[in-house]
Amino acid sequence: MRLTGEATAVLVEILFYAFATLLVAGALGVITARNPVYSALFLVFAFINSAGIWLLSEAEFLALVLVLVYVGAVMVLFLFVVMMLDINIAELRRGFTRFAWLGWLTACALVAEIVGVVWTHGLAGVDVSKGFVPEPAGFSNTRALGEVLYTRYVYPFELAAVLLVVAIVAAIALTLRRRPGLKTQDVARQVAVRAEDRVRVVKIAAEKRS
Amino acid sequence: MITLADMLTLSGVLFALAVAGIFLNRKNVILLLMCVELLLLSANFNFIAFSRMLGDLTGQVFVFFVLTVAAAESAIGLAILVVLFRERRNIDVEDLNTLKG
Repeated sequence: MRLTGEATAVLVEILFYAFATLLVAGALGVITARNPVYSALFLVFAFINSAGIWLLSEAEFLALVLVLVYVGAVMVLFLFVVMMLDINIAELRRGFTRFAWLGWLTACALVAEIVGVVWTHGLAGVDVSKGFVPEPAGFSNTRALGEVLYTRYVYPFELAAVLLVVAIVAAIALTLRRRPGLKTQDVARQVAVRAEDRVRVVKIAAEKRS
Repeated sequence: MITLADMLTLSGVLFALAVAGIFLNRKNVILLLMCVELLLLSANFNFIAFSRMLGDLTGQVFVFFVLTVAAAESAIGLAILVVLFRERRNIDVEDLNTLKG
């Protein structure tokens, strides 16, 4: 069944509000969960809902990259570290509420300011109450993004690759641990050894059997 | 239909929640890193909203680079965290006073 343009717009709006509600709930879970493992899982939930919103706003490639890179790699790394470290949660939670009022106050002020600017003043030259123009049929977001990424932005793209390599090297170099007293092979010394160092030919005069 | 105002409001709420999270979990480095991820996510929402609104793909290219930098940042941050935990046996931010800054 093909939906009319009007019905699609309403459906998209309903889905947007559903995803947005779940996203805000997930973000609340991240910052208030008692256990860091739950925080990480709430963050995964938030990322999946953001990917949904990005899909609705027709940024398909980035939505998929968000799920693959964030949920698939970064959050697994987070969970890995959270579970590997033996953290005393009670100790870290001590004083949780001490500056909570300041945090919520700042958050409320930020929301009030942003909402105030967006909904009352609008932005210079941009009509904020307009919806996104739907892309024409057959338009491929991935293809369009690839066309600019490999032509206009090819140097930044390669720079990003270099950045990732540096990050890999830095992460490995930081966590590499040389334990003292570990018995390992030293290949260079094994190869460099000479027969004279190892074998001693001893001449012993034969003795008569008594 | 998703309007620009909807997206910007959502991004603002997300940003505010992440800032509140930094205030709440100021002792736990892992939670601080997660809150930074949320901050970057809310910034990406703005980029995508304006990119779609203005019909300019540059915003989405920028989101791509933000994702790359965020991945590198969390990898190095977590590596530092692991080294810190080996050294101190805890990850309390208040104990990080070796430099006496």
